[in-house]
Amino acid sequence: MRLYALAVYLFLYIPIGVIVLFSFNAGRHASDLRGFSTQWYGKALANPIVMDSLTTSFTVALASAVMASLFGTMAALALQQVKGRMRVFYDAMIYVSIMIPGIVIGIATLIALVTVFEVVNPFLASIWPTGPEAAPKLNMGLGSLIAAHTLFTMSLVIVIVRARIAGMDRALIEASTDLYATPWRTFWQVTLPQIFPAILAGFLLSFTFSFDDFIIAFFVAGSQTTLPIYVFSSIRRGVTPEINAIGTMVLAVSLTLLITAQFMLRKREKPTRR
Amino acid sequence: MKGTWINRALLAPATLWLLGMLVLPLIVVIVFSFGERGAAGGYVPAFTLAQYANLPARLTAFKNTLIMAPLGTLAALVVAYPLAYYLAVRVSPRWRTLLLILVIVPFWTSILIRTYAWIFILGGRGLPLLLDMVGIADVRLMNTSFAVLVGIVYGYLPLMVFPIYVSLEKLDKRLLEASSDLGALPFATFRQVTLPLSLPGVATGCMLVFILLMGEFLIPALLGGGKVFFVGNALVDLFLQSRNWAYGSAVAATLVVIMLITVSLYMRLAMRRAGQRDDVSLF
Repeated sequence: MRLYALAVYLFLYIPIGVIVLFSFNAGRHASDLRGFSTQWYGKALANPIVMDSLTTSFTVALASAVMASLFGTMAALALQQVKGRMRVFYDAMIYVSIMIPGIVIGIATLIALVTVFEVVNPFLASIWPTGPEAAPKLNMGLGSLIAAHTLFTMSLVIVIVRARIAGMDRALIEASTDLYATPWRTFWQVTLPQIFPAILAGFLLSFTFSFDDFIIAFFVAGSQTTLPIYVFSSIRRGVTPEINAIGTMVLAVSLTLLITAQFMLRKREKPTRR
Repeated sequence: MKGTWINRALLAPATLWLLGMLVLPLIVVIVFSFGERGAAGGYVPAFTLAQYANLPARLTAFKNTLIMAPLGTLAALVVAYPLAYYLAVRVSPRWRTLLLILVIVPFWTSILIRTYAWIFILGGRGLPLLLDMVGIADVRLMNTSFAVLVGIVYGYLPLMVFPIYVSLEKLDKRLLEASSDLGALPFATFRQVTLPLSLPGVATGCMLVFILLMGEFLIPALLGGGKVFFVGNALVDLFLQSRNWAYGSAVAATLVVIMLITVSLYMRLAMRRAGQRDDVSLF
């Protein structure tokens, strides 16, 4: 039994280990191991396409994670008071956005936005005061990436924060109200500190999700390249030590964020379990 | 406590997003699936069932998905169950949390990078080279159904382990003692006590993995090399290469409908037998 478990853990971690190991490979080919070197990290970080796509990924992940945690938390708080049919509607939407395959979200967003832009762009051009040439042209790119990532990460935040609200001690809020605190003050001094770890965990998970997402970005990125899109198109051209180095860095970033998120969720969960 | 207008204001951005980025796009897909392809790709408004009538052109992709998704789910279940059992019943509580985190952590990291690792391992200079050294020559692993299955099990294992673990962990250990006190052999105890009580977890895990597999693109694209392709691969081809939006929408709508039908049938069968669904947290 123990041996079996060990084998499964090896199965889970050997591939990751292989990438990390080969990213420090001095050899020119991806698969012959010739001593230790960090040259591939240097090469990857000196590659302008890699740096551009890293910047894009980072911008998109940060923007969508901020919007997702803000909008998601607001919605989670408001949904407490929503009952009946409206509640069913929101619950259904939230679960649909999480359960529907990413590829369908990507496709749907692509054709919907392109269609909307086809209508909006001529309209903008016709009403623009300084002439049709100066009118902004809406296009697929950073905006559509951020908007699409915000959709599914927002639902994730709603689910996480709502779970935390459900586990919250109601008596504290009642006590605060009894002590003549305004609803606003109750929120800042009682509710928010209690749900904050969940919001932070939601933020970190959203960031990781957006940063790692390939399939939705593949459809909605327009002319932009995110890091996963760059990695995917490079893999198509063959396995290189540079991708190993990028992969190792990507894994390191997500691991750090995940462990922090895990820590945030656990730290605050304990006291309520008394 | 709070006025309804505050509530509405709080809900406004989320509502905007859900309607604008989820409901509207899904409606567009349905509308487009009844349309026609433009001369240079894209979409021309029409009302025709031609796209749906043309679905058999992508029959292989649907067939592959409907064979590989259940097969992959089953493979993940077979690998995950003993591990979940070990974690829930055998391992000492001191190590349990750490071991659980070790299972879940890979799931939250880039599936792209992790699948890429298998190109490395299964490719010509990886495992086949090692096998060659021990005398088994000319094994081709990449671009086979086997490679895709390995990728699936590797990618989705955590999603299967967790729900099973949760249902096994709740299992009252005294039941196992009672069973063995009554003279049941370990296997009989497993079959008559442990297994039935873990079925809700098995059902949840299978459903999660199955749903995600139905829309899979990356694993077949990287490990199946154009030989083993899913509906997801057909969709990328239709939208990004041939720009056939109307037909692509019909394929996507059909995929979602097949998913909804199989999942609801499955829920009816498995969940009823297994009793109430457990609330499973993946965090």
